[in-house]
This record gives sequence, structure tokens and C-alpha cells, in this order.
Amino acid sequence: MEFTLKTFIFYGFALMTIASALVVVTVRNIVHAAFSLMVTLFGVAGLYVFLQADFLAATQVIVYVGGILVLILFGVMMTSGRLEMRIHIERGQLLLGGVVALALLMLLLTVIANTPVWKNLTDDGIELPPTTERIGELILNGPFLLPFEVVSVLLLVALIGATLISRKEVRDE
Amino acid sequence: MTLQHYLVISAILFTLGIFAVLTRRNAISILMGIELILNSCNLNFAAFARFMTPPEDISGQIIAIFGIVLAAAEAAVFLAIILAIYREFGSIRPDEVDTLKG
Repeated sequence: MEFTLKTFIFYGFALMTIASALVVVTVRNIVHAAFSLMVTLFGVAGLYVFLQADFLAATQVIVYVGGILVLILFGVMMTSGRLEMRIHIERGQLLLGGVVALALLMLLLTVIANTPVWKNLTDDGIELPPTTERIGELILNGPFLLPFEVVSVLLLVALIGATLISRKEVRDE
Repeated sequence: MTLQHYLVISAILFTLGIFAVLTRRNAISILMGIELILNSCNLNFAAFARFMTPPEDISGQIIAIFGIVLAAAEAAVFLAIILAIYREFGSIRPDEVDTLKG
């Protein structure tokens, strides 16, 4: 593969994603972990752009960075006092978890390197048209209409359930 | 860029997420690990949609969008449960929430 500006930027995004994910799982301060997670999510959005999934990249930024991350920070603020910002980790667990995670990574990398149908699939530089219109067609006027409606109901259920679980119980006596 | 580039990045993200779930003793950090796992999964969907199917077939991207929606619902319910646990136990360390332990 020739080394162009495009590959340079790709490796930049990949490095940014992996390095910040490493910070998320190792740093002791939970607020720092949350902000590092933001960098990871932006990095994944950048990788979506390289896959020519423009709508997916925009959704990633809006839903993850704008929604889920704010939710996580709210959770941190409401449950951790100044003393609980540090995450408690036990040494034995760290060792065992590291061994399990490394073994899993080795297994996955072996599978990725040895599966014949996944080899030599390059993206040969074709520019695809924007995906937003086709995604709208497929979801609202195509095979994904039923899953779309089911997911809408699921979101409503999650919304009602979350409000019900987290409210304070009020007894009238 | 080849398919394997994306698969390797996604495998590393997945492993880091598993590592966070296994080692962290704080429910919100565990949620962050789960988000990493879900992200790696969506990245795989988008990568396979790009490389393994004809370019005009973008079903994999739609599955990834559904994945993002499910992640949002999951995070909302997760944090609601965490708030309820915090009110009940005064802590969100999973090993201190042991009322059901025999």
C-alpha cells in the first residue's frame, strides 16, 4: 500500500481511537475516563467516514457524544462524591482480567489473520454516493420498516422504565 | 485500507471493553466498557457492509444504526438502575450490592 495523506489520516484516527480507549480502561479518575471516552467515540466516527458511512458517522457524534456521554457525566455527578472519583481496582483482579483480555485478543487476531475470505479486500478507492437517502428509503419504505417500528416501541419502553426506576418513591400518609 | 485493518481496530476495542468490565469496581466504568464493546460491534457491521457486500448494499450500516439506538436505550436504563442502587446502598461499587447473596 502506498503511503498517501489518506492512509496517514486513517492511521491517525486508528491511533487516536485505541490510545484513548486504553486511557478509558486504565485511568483512575472517572471524570478523566469519561472525557477520554469522548475522544474514542470521535475516533470511531472518523473511521465510519473512512468506510463512507456518512450518516452513521453523524449519528455516532450526535447520539454518543451528545447523548450517552452527557448521561454518563450526569451519572458520575449524581453518584460520586469528591472522594469516590477514584476507581477502586484490586491487583489480583487486574492480573486475571489482563490475562483473559490478552488471551481473547490473541484469539481474535489469529482468527482475523487466518480467515481466507477476509484476505485482500481493499476498498479500491471508489467514491460512493451519500448514504442518507438510501438509508431513509430502506428504513421507511423497505425491508427495515418493521424493525424500525419495534425499535421505536423499545425506546418508549426504555424511557418509561428509566423514569419509573429512578424516581423517588412518594408515599402519602 | 483493507478489511483486516478495521477488524483489528475493532478487536482491540472489544478486548479493552472486556478488560474494563472485568477489572473495574465502579458501575459507571463498567458502563463505559460496555459502550466500547458496542462501538467495536458497530464498527464491524459497517466494515463488513463496506467490504463483503456490493457497494450499493448498505444493510450493515442500518444494523449499526439500530445498534446505536439500542446502546442509547441501554445507557438510559443502566443509569436509572445505578441511581436507584445509589439511593438504596449509598455506593455504586458492584461488590457492595449484595442483598441477594446467599
